[in-house]
Amino acid sequence: MIGEGLVRADGQAKVTGRAVYVDDVRPEGCLYAATVRSPFAHARITGIRLDPDFDFSDVTVVTAADIPGENVVALMTDDQPALADKVVRHVMEPVALVAAPTREKALAAVSHILVDYEPLPALFDPERSRGHEPSLFGSDNVYSHITLVHGDPDGAFASAEGNADVRIIEGTYRVGLQEQLYIEPQGMIATHRVDAEGAPGLTLFGSMQCPFYVVKALSRVLGHKRFNVVQAVTGGGFGGKEEYPSLVAIHAALLALKSGKSVKLIYRRDEDLRATTKRHPCRLRYRTVVEVRTGRLLAFDGHMLFDGGAYNTLSPVVNSRGVIHAVGPYRCENVRSEALMVATNTPPNGAFRGFGAPQVQFAAERHLDRIARELGLDPLDVRRVNLYRDGDLTPTGQTLKDIGAKIVLEAALERAQRPLPPGNGSGRPGGGGQAARLAAGRGLALAWHGCGFTGNGEANLQGKADLALEGRDLRVYTSSTDIGQGTETIFPQIVAAALGIGVGRVSVAPPDTDLVPDSGPTVASRTAMVVGGVVLKAAQALRAALASEVGFDGDFDAMLDARTSDAVLRVREQYADDGTLVWDPKTYRGDAYPTFGWSCVIVDLEVDLDTGEVLYRRLVQATDVGRALNPVLASGQLEGGALQALGYATSEEVVLDERGCMRNDRLTNYIIPTALDAPEMETVLIEIPFAGGPFGAKGIGEIPHDVPHAAVAQAIERATGAVLDRLPMMPERVMAALERRR
Amino acid sequence: MSRTAQLKSTAAVLEPRTLNEALEMRARAPDAMPLAGGTDVMVSLEAGVIDPPRFLNLWRLDALRKIEDTPAGGVRIGALCTYTSLGRSDLVLRHASVLIEAARTVGATQIQNRGTLGGNIVNASPAGDTLPVLLALDAVFELSSAERGARLVAAADFFLGYRQTALLPDELLIAIHLPARNADDHTHYRKVGTRLAQAISKVVLGARLRVVDGQVVEARIAWGSVGPVPMRSPSVEAALLGVPIDVDAEAKVAQDIRPIDDIRSTADYRQRVAENVLRSFLRSVVQTRS
Ligand SMILES: Cc1cc2nc3c(=O)[nH]c(=O)nc-3n(C[C@H](O)[C@H](O)[C@H](O)COP(=O)(O)OP(=O)(O)OC[C@H]3O[C@@H](n4cnc5c(N)ncnc54)[C@H](O)[C@@H]3O)c2cc1C
Repeated sequence: MIGEGLVRADGQAKVTGRAVYVDDVRPEGCLYAATVRSPFAHARITGIRLDPDFDFSDVTVVTAADIPGENVVALMTDDQPALADKVVRHVMEPVALVAAPTREKALAAVSHILVDYEPLPALFDPERSRGHEPSLFGSDNVYSHITLVHGDPDGAFASAEGNADVRIIEGTYRVGLQEQLYIEPQGMIATHRVDAEGAPGLTLFGSMQCPFYVVKALSRVLGHKRFNVVQAVTGGGFGGKEEYPSLVAIHAALLALKSGKSVKLIYRRDEDLRATTKRHPCRLRYRTVVEVRTGRLLAFDGHMLFDGGAYNTLSPVVNSRGVIHAVGPYRCENVRSEALMVATNTPPNGAFRGFGAPQVQFAAERHLDRIARELGLDPLDVRRVNLYRDGDLTPTGQTLKDIGAKIVLEAALERAQRPLPPGNGSGRPGGGGQAARLAAGRGLALAWHGCGFTGNGEANLQGKADLALEGRDLRVYTSSTDIGQGTETIFPQIVAAALGIGVGRVSVAPPDTDLVPDSGPTVASRTAMVVGGVVLKAAQALRAALASEVGFDGDFDAMLDARTSDAVLRVREQYADDGTLVWDPKTYRGDAYPTFGWSCVIVDLEVDLDTGEVLYRRLVQATDVGRALNPVLASGQLEGGALQALGYATSEEVVLDERGCMRNDRLTNYIIPTALDAPEMETVLIEIPFAGGPFGAKGIGEIPHDVPHAAVAQAIERATGAVLDRLPMMPERVMAALERRR
Repeated sequence: MSRTAQLKSTAAVLEPRTLNEALEMRARAPDAMPLAGGTDVMVSLEAGVIDPPRFLNLWRLDALRKIEDTPAGGVRIGALCTYTSLGRSDLVLRHASVLIEAARTVGATQIQNRGTLGGNIVNASPAGDTLPVLLALDAVFELSSAERGARLVAAADFFLGYRQTALLPDELLIAIHLPARNADDHTHYRKVGTRLAQAISKVVLGARLRVVDGQVVEARIAWGSVGPVPMRSPSVEAALLGVPIDVDAEAKVAQDIRPIDDIRSTADYRQRVAENVLRSFLRSVVQTRS
């Protein structure tokens, strides 16, 4: 059961087109909604009028004035309004909403809502945000500023002066925006309902990762909780449906309340690309003291500047993960890691697979490559000498145990042994044939990734799960959503394994906040490891409850046979750590995560010297997954994540116009990799069990996106000598780097 | 809002069953937009770029799907042939394997099953992938109207300006004629588009060199995506003609092309890439001959 590659529970319905996504649903009499958005990056709203020449008779219009409760999208801070009131702070910011009997009428109505703006100076350069005008957030435009100090970095830098055995090596690295690019755009339907007590309320049904985030945000806007939130089949999220759907739900609910009808709000693709959150861009400056002979890291001083965009969203969490992961999976006794997250007038950036780790570990890996280059060492040797070993301390002072760093490295190297492709242009797809000039290279990178929430996050959250015996079958109730990663498949596997029954007897209740407890959000690689662990506890508790009911503990079916009642037996468990984790969020000292995942990625590629294009040939990854509950799903996560990182590496560039608005807002010009661009993938699952996870499982959702892009940069350098320290490495930039090299 | 996505379900569709009927409808209803595979039409419709009152659906005209020998020894390809059908034709393989190479890079399988060669030509996008190849092969387009019958227009005379062609409002594109392959011809196709499927080209090269006794006797170098129309490269062609292959002819590329900065790439990159892919082609010809 555990360790079996069972077919995905949701697979058949999805591939046969029977799965019901939010846009497939059309409630009786439903209105279609559209959003009036700001054309300015920063402006004062001086008036909102309806065009008297337009027929608004069948159009519902909502502005900030219609909000019954607070005008806020409640998340970490309350800075983001549900609808801009006096000021807009980014282009595409929602200003008003319309709903009409047809989509066409709604879209037409949008252009007849006349909003008067008085443009204000806008801020786009994160380097000029902190403490500068215009004032966008708090007193100094800083969402988060974290400095973590470990050992004595100042002393180490001071004593490096004049010491011939060591050298100070500095580098600057940059990463751009990245779009999550879930296949299904944002969408929500609000319908009216009468609850069990006869009170009127709403149901929100839509594409999302975190139903209880929606509950929290919507209850503040409505001023009550007389509604439930139900996740529809969701066509991908990658973080893009962590916090954003709260806003979409609020909008649908406001329109439903005012119109008295059901309302459906679905973003168009171009609108979704322009309006919604992206991965935070970052500029990273790394200074290190290294031993000349070996490249050993003696001191690290890293400064990261993240662009949070116009509202805070979850940016402080990204900043936090960035600070902690900044050095990569490498030992260093003297560390200063400082990260600044600032406000600008671009659409807010937000959650995205990896949460800061892909940005900082690109810099960490490129910096090790720089050390190797400057000292004339082999990049692999520099990694070997620095890689974490059991008993090492992390920059937060956490002692590492049972770590997989070296094991994943050796496993990946062994699997990758087959020689590089010839690099002579044979088999170049896309034309070119024998004429293509290709240079082959191999790159390697290593990652670590803290699993679950940082520090006391899980203990504070106390994620819950219910398990119910309904007849002879079992049903799992959690708010963990299946967004394509396999929750609906592995939870039954866990329960079935714990109770010794067939997996077909365990089903998963749809995430409906009326029915399920709050298990915490579906984020941070925590669903299998943390919520899966609570589900396992629930299975054990259910067995115990059943045993006490029937008077013996034995074969599950025998216990069922001995039952005299057929009442539903339902148990609830919640997360509790074992009390051994100690974390101080003020000093950033202590146990940052309950455990870490480890991964090594090796990429073989060819660079087309005529065009600067990168052709991926093979990607080997060895990743410590703790325990592969379902190896097919685990490999799927790892391979999908790696491919997403290859897009981040060489093709996904968000092009902004002078207002900070995404110009390439179509799938034809925001270039994600296709199946043809994907390399041959070989994925080695390493299992170093984590005692705190169900059957030893660790979180694996994010680690595959952490460093493939760094391996690509190294491979390009090895193939051509061109050094690229900036993402994405678009062909245009690779060409420029090839020319600089000459 | 220009972007209102209104698929006009009300737009009338004329459904001719024969070519003659199609040409007559075309003459009577010049406002009816011809519809072949629809892979360009549907995108423009959704984007609000076009808004025709009606369509003339050519899809059922099997007469336009033939691929046959011509008396001149070449091949005649019906305008409605899809990319997939080109790839399956022995005749096309024999006379114009480079066209099949190009066809295999268009969109991806679904588009290749539906998109037609005629649609690519009449759509006349500067990024149309087959167009430089057709220019390089000296393709001739057979246009027809009910009133005047068929006429032949060389590919080089067909593309007049940005998305403007020599096709008259009462005409349909019927077929594409390709001359017989010459044993001394070296052909080449290269598409540069950042990803390997579903890519709109940044640079396309279609080329044909006829080399006899070490001398270039005919040179066709044609480009896509580096100007408002798919275009021949007269300076490069002139520099190549009459001499042994000059691998430095790429220096002349800049005189012929007019690339721009746009959302997909930069003028600079396009020019450099054009020069590079041409040089590599010329070198490969030298190499295969030595
Ligand atoms: C996802 C996607 C990917 C694509 N990828 C590529 C690509 O890689 N390379 C590329 O070059 N193109 C690409 N295209 C564009 C398109 O597929 C091609 O241009 C295709 O050849 C168009 O053929 P069609 O039959 O679909 O034309 P249609 O859309 O039916 O017609 C296109 C135009 O030609 C006219 N027309 C068509 N046939 C005739 C005729 N016989 N006589 C007169 N007028 C006619 C129509 O009126 C219309 O103006 C892509 C399109 C999509 C949607």
